[in-house]
Formats: sequence, C-alpha cells, structure tokens
Amino acid sequence: MQQNQETALDIRGLRTEFKVGGRWYPAVRDLSLDVAENETLAIVGESGSGKSVTALSILRLLPQAGARIGAGEVLFEGRDLTKLSEREMSSVRGNSIAMIFQEPMTSLNPTMTVGEQIAEAITIHRGASQADAMAEALRLLKEVKIPSADSRLHDYPHQFSGGMRQRVMIAMALACRPKVLLADEPTTALDVTIQAQVLMQLDELKEAYGMSVVFITHNLGVVAQIADRVAVMYAGEVVELATVDALFANPAHPYTVALLRTMPRADRATESLEPIPGSVPPVTAMPEGCAYASRCPLKQPSCEDKRPELLPFDGPGHQVRCPVRLEQTRG
Amino acid sequence: MTAGNGALEVRNLAKHFTIGGGLFGPEKKLVRAVNDVSFTVPKGTSLGLVGESGCGKSTVARSLLRLIEPDAGSVVFDGIDVRAAKGAALRQLRRRMQIVFQDPYSSLNPRRTIQQALEEPLRVHRLGTAREIAEKIETAITEVGLPKQALDRYPHEFSGGQRQRIGIARALVLDPELIVADEPVSALDVSVQAQILRVLERLRDKRGLSFLFVSHDLGVVRHFCERVCVMYLGRIVEQGVTAEVFDRPLHPYTKLLRDSSPVPDPTARLTLTKIMGEVPSAANPPPGCTFHPRCVRAAGPCMTDIPALNEHDRGRQAACYHPETWPGLQAVAAAG
Repeated sequence: MQQNQETALDIRGLRTEFKVGGRWYPAVRDLSLDVAENETLAIVGESGSGKSVTALSILRLLPQAGARIGAGEVLFEGRDLTKLSEREMSSVRGNSIAMIFQEPMTSLNPTMTVGEQIAEAITIHRGASQADAMAEALRLLKEVKIPSADSRLHDYPHQFSGGMRQRVMIAMALACRPKVLLADEPTTALDVTIQAQVLMQLDELKEAYGMSVVFITHNLGVVAQIADRVAVMYAGEVVELATVDALFANPAHPYTVALLRTMPRADRATESLEPIPGSVPPVTAMPEGCAYASRCPLKQPSCEDKRPELLPFDGPGHQVRCPVRLEQTRG
Repeated sequence: MTAGNGALEVRNLAKHFTIGGGLFGPEKKLVRAVNDVSFTVPKGTSLGLVGESGCGKSTVARSLLRLIEPDAGSVVFDGIDVRAAKGAALRQLRRRMQIVFQDPYSSLNPRRTIQQALEEPLRVHRLGTAREIAEKIETAITEVGLPKQALDRYPHEFSGGQRQRIGIARALVLDPELIVADEPVSALDVSVQAQILRVLERLRDKRGLSFLFVSHDLGVVRHFCERVCVMYLGRIVEQGVTAEVFDRPLHPYTKLLRDSSPVPDPTARLTLTKIMGEVPSAANPPPGCTFHPRCVRAAGPCMTDIPALNEHDRGRQAACYHPETWPGLQAVAAAG
C-alpha cells in the first residue's frame, strides 16, 4: 500500500476452489492483497496461476456449479463481498467495481448499439433517464477518444476495430464512476501500437477518476509500464509482492527471477534465454511444500516439507514466499 | 539467381484478394494484401517478418509454400522456381520447405495418435520402409525434447508447449531445409516460449535449417533472427540486421513499433508523445505512403506517391521520404 492512502479493496485469506472428480481443489490459496485508492496493482502470472480466478472471485463471477469461495474475505466499502446476497452483489458489479476483459467482442451485445449499452448501465445503477444516459454515453466515448463519437454512438460493436471495442468497454466500465476497476488482460489481444495507446489511456483515466486499478496480465513488459505495485502469482499463490521498481531492480523469489530471464527484449540483445525447467503442478496434485520446489534452483530438502509463508523481504512492502532467499539475505 | 545455394529468394511477391460482390453483399473490392515484397533467406539463417495484424506477414508465409497461390512475383528455393513447380517436383519442394503454425492443436487430428500424425507426411512422400519411418519419428520426437512414450498418446493429452513441440517434430520428420514458422510461440506462456525458442535454435545450429520467422513480438524476433523485414499494410517498409534496425530505425513505423513494445523495465516507461490512429483497412488504403496518416514526419510526396524501398548504408533498406537520421546511415545515392 502506498503511504497515506486509504485502502480501496482488501482481500484477506482468499481461497477459491473448483470441483474436480467430486473433490474440491483450491485454484487460489491463502491470497491476501490490498489495493490503495488511486493505485494500480498488477497481478502477473502464467496460465493457470490463478490471477483471473482472483478477479472473478472478487466480483463473484465464478460459475454457479463446480466453483466456490472456500474461505476468506473481500472487504470493500466496509462490507465483505463474499457475504452479500446475489441482489446486493449486482448493485456492486459494474457500479462501484467494474471489470474489463481480454476479448471485448464476447462481452459486448452484438444487437445493441454501443451507445445503448453504455447508457444501460447508467439507467440501471444511477436511475438516469434514457436521454441523460445517452448524453453521458456520448461524453464517455469522447473521453476514451473514439473519433467522431457523435456518429459512432449509434454504431454496433462489429463496426468497431479491436482497439476501439476495448475503448468502448472501458467507457462502459467508467459509466458509473467505479472505485475499483478490474482489468483482466485488457490489452493482450491488441497490436502493440494499440496496446500502448490503451495502456496510456487507462493510466490517464485512473488519475482523472481517482480509481484503483487491479491489472491482470501475463506480460512483464506491460507490468513495468503500468503498475505501482506488483503481485507475482504462481500455482494459486502470491509468491512475491513489491513496488514495481523493487520487483524489477531486486527480484527476490526464484520464480520471479526466472520469469524475467525468459523474456526476450526488443530494446537490447538477450544472449541466451533460460527456460524454466518442468511445468506447473496440476491443481489436483499440489505438493505439500513449496509449489515451485520441483523447478527451483535454490531448492533445499526442507522446501518440500512445509509450505512457505509470504514474509517481509528487505525494502518497504516487499514480501516473498521463499525461506531460502530470506535466509540468504539475513545471513 | 544462383542455382543450388540453398537460399530462398522472393522477388516482387504480390497477393490480392477480392471481398464483397455477393448478391446482397457490399460492393466488390480488391484487397492488396501483399505488394511487391522481396527478400532473401540465405541457407542456415533466420529472417524475421514483423508487423501488426493485417500487415500481410502470414499471407507472405503461406504464399511461399503455395498454401495460398500468389498473384505475381517469383519464389525461388535453391534455384528451383516454386511457382512453376508441378506434380512430383512440387511435392519434392514441399518436403524441403515445411511450415509450423501458431496453434498446433488446430492442425493435429484429435483422433490420431502422435505416432500416426508424424507418420503421415512420411507416407505421403513415400519415404522409407516401416522401420526407417519408425526411426525417423523417434529421432524427431527426441530432438524436440519429448519422451518416446508420447508417440502413443493423443493431442489432447499434451499442454500447449508440448503440442508445439509435436508440430515442430512433424515438420522435422521430412528432413526439411527451410522452416516457415508462423507465430510459433505467440500462444505460449513466456517460460514455455523460451523452451520452444531453445528447441528451434538447437535445430538451426545442428541441422543448418533456414527459418522464415513470422512474429508480432519484436523481442522474440530480435532474439531469434539475424535479419528482419518490417511490414506495414502489405509492403516491406524497412529491412536490415535485426539489432541495427531496432536500435536505429530508419522508418518512422519501425520506430513506433519499437517504442510501443513494452520492456520489463519500469525506468523505461513508454513516452509516446503522439501515438496516432490505427492501421487503416487494406481494402481502402490511404494514397501515397500508407503510413502517412499516422506519421509525425509526413510531408510533401508522402501524401501522393508510394516511396520506394531505398538502399542505405550498412545493407539497410527503408521505404521513406523522410527517414530518421543516424550518423553513418545515409541513403545510398541512386543505387538504381
């Protein structure tokens, strides 16, 4: 958390489970994260690390059958979202907490104009008249810099390019002036020049609206561009939490270190990429001890016995789930 | 054109598509997906083809193997005219030039084991006895880093990275000389991406393979390819040695592409003062240099005339009337 700032969203001990072959297995374990007002927290991890499941758990968008929040609290505006009724939850979703997804075309209604879709959220959550809501929709389209917004208001989603559709999604998410925006890989499907535009725009809008942003991505380059703080996830757990500068300057967890070495850079030569050997353990066969132990170059026999805790590392707010690294820096 | 040097030489390649024109559809239009594309891949080297969606890079890749028939230009592999080849000669060429796709799952038959999938190209090309085929398959599967037991399993039993290894093994069984790789690592996580790039590097060094490597990721291309061609709306706008092109781009589009590529370093945040617009539709490209509506340097002839790909020092080429200036990188005057 940044200094002197209120916490906007506080996740404590979240455990999200999925049912596989009649048994419940945790896809997210013991996850505690907070996001300060006006802060961008990036959650970075590879496929299956639990980063999207975390976002879906916050908004309770998990499938009805076969998934459940097994433990933990999601504290927002003095309430625990996990305890709300479905009806109370719908007044939070798309209102004070909004979400944008990777593929906007699957989240937009193809039979409604984009203006109607943006206005819909405003009429539902704010009780505005249709005319007022459409006027606000137009203002939002201009705010996200859609060219000739006046006429595009009456266009359908298929008439927009991928980058423009993502802007429409952002406009829709902003419609009710959310406190928290959950962005799940919002630029992954976009070309790099468009990605750069959307990233910079998100950053400007965060300032303008005073939002907190939880930005989920697999791309460390994107993290470096947009985040204030970063949580690195592996196999359903946060393995490292740090400010963006500390994470890239002084990565602590062996997984973070390895991840940084696997990424080839456009701006300088990478002599040799070092792939991470092995693969992520399946959710149905999580080891007793550290989930990364089987792939870790620092592994000690004790790593396989006991699950490590997320503990303070050197530097303010820097935490790491690796006793070996902690030992090294202390010793 | 020298015969038998093992190089792939592409000259003035063009591919046009028509869209619309149906009974109820919009007006018929010609889309010039690939225009006047020329490059050479010498034996044992990798050439990168980078650009954003719709720039024509995949169309180029497919045209080379005649998976799409090009409309104009020449494709010569090891002295043999690919476009004129027919029957047995074409089949022979296709053995020597193989393609690896982005998503191997969609190119593997889910009802066939990996053994069957790898056998098929050998049977099609009638290469060897049953025993020789079995040996070839075993070599290929070990070469891509999978255990022999993988051969008896089905595609759904493998992860994305493993499937890509299978896709590569299937290309390898025919002992090709050139591999056209169309976004081979784009669908993979970075740690897996690094594994696959390692496999490809090893093959290039050990087998002396040549690669045409299509990608939108400048980092991957910089790592894997000695030389690079940057494409924009169906044309090559710049080419040269990869590190030099990305460090000292001549074409403003190359510079935009490089500056937009996020790097894992928070002290090097994007400072794009002016990123403008989107890629125009290939069905309705702007006149003159197709990049001019997004270009900060556009002036004069940019709006009306298509710039030629001019020679610069150090074997560089750029299609721009107002290229970026770098010391020691002047345009070579009237090279003809």
